[in-house]
Order: sequence, then C-alpha cells, then structure tokens
Amino acid sequence: MHYRVTDEALDPRELERFLDKPENGAVINFQGVVRRQSRGRIVDYLEYDAYAPMATKVMAQIGEEVKARWPITDFAVWHRTGRLEVGETSLLVLVTSPHRKEAFEACAWAVDRIKEIVPVWKREVWDDGSSWVEGDTLVSQREPAGAAGG
Amino acid sequence: MHIDVLLFASVRDAVGQRRLAVATPEGDTVEQLLQRLVSDYPKLAGHTGTLMAAVNQEYAPRATVLHDGDEVAFIPPVSGGSDAL
Repeated sequence: MHYRVTDEALDPRELERFLDKPENGAVINFQGVVRRQSRGRIVDYLEYDAYAPMATKVMAQIGEEVKARWPITDFAVWHRTGRLEVGETSLLVLVTSPHRKEAFEACAWAVDRIKEIVPVWKREVWDDGSSWVEGDTLVSQREPAGAAGG
Repeated sequence: MHIDVLLFASVRDAVGQRRLAVATPEGDTVEQLLQRLVSDYPKLAGHTGTLMAAVNQEYAPRATVLHDGDEVAFIPPVSGGSDAL
C-alpha cells in the first residue's frame, strides 16, 4: 500500500518494495520524528489521532498532485497514530525519480501539503498537562496529563 | 434523515464522543447540522470558526446539502507530521 495510516511502528525498510524501477536515480526516504522540545516545553510523548479512511484518500490526492508537478516515478506516504515516544517516527514519505532535483522538490512540497490537509492531529503530553495541537495552536489544554480522556 | 457525525481532537473532547447519530430535517446543510450540534453541545461554540467539514470523506463547503446516510466529519486544523518539518 502506498498510502497508509497505522498504529504500528513505521519501518522505512518496508518502503523498499517500491524501489524496483530501473529508471530510478534518486530515492528520498523522509522520516518525521517526535522531538523532545516543542514550543519551549519538554514533550513526554505525543498521541496522534486520524480520520484514517479520509486520510489515506487525501494522501492519494497529494500523490496525484505531486506526480502532475514533477516527473517522479513513485510516491508513498505512511503516517503512524496512537502513542509515540520521543525519537519515534510519525511520518514516512518516499519519493523516487530519475534525478535528485525533482525528488527533493517533490518531497519538500508533499510534506508541506500533508501537514496542511491530511486529517491527522497530535496531542502533546508534558509532565504537567497536555493539549491538542491544531494548526500551529495549542487548544483544549488539560492538566494534569493523567486526567486526559484521550 | 439520519447523519453519521464524526468528531476529532479538541472537538471530540468538547462533545465527549467520537461519533454521533443525528436526526436532521431533509435539506439540511453542513452549516445547519453544525448549528444544531452547537445548541446540543454548547462547548462546541468556540470551535466553529476554525472547523472544516468533510462529507463522505471529502472536504466540503458548509453550504453543502446533506442526504440521508451521509457521513459528516468536523475537522479542526490538522497537525500531522512532526514539528521538525
């Protein structure tokens, strides 16, 4: 599957199944990773929620948009949901193409587009509370974290 | 008619449920459905300005007319990927 939302750990090596085209000269295998620090606060862990059936459709739509703009040979997006610890991979994006320039450009554009329209949300959990992140904004802040209903 | 409503992130917290089965009059739009929900769940009022809607898993304007059995999702601004991007 090129477009996937899963609560299982993401393994970039699994994307190698898409790499068998002889015209490929460049492979971008991008990973978005949970960072320790966010907006000046120390993140304990993140919790991702998704509207999974729509998310995979929107990923496929982004795939069509990317292929219409750049001569790439393949494109895949996997997003993880559920609880993710610092250092774990939340997002995988694979772009393959004959030459590197279009692969880099397509990947950067696609990641921006994913963050803009794919229906996935994260909740930051700190040691003294938690909040959904919506766009660039913290909302529905709750304290303490233990009171979170998920 | 019966509409299957899906709620996510802060909107789900405001309502306290992820899924609602809502009975609405024929011809209701997404906007009218949302206003109906706001009167049932007043905590939603603070969210309506930023919400997007999807009908049957595609983004749809608030003026979209609904049909029996539609799945309507109210979608807060998304935040997938990671902050490093």
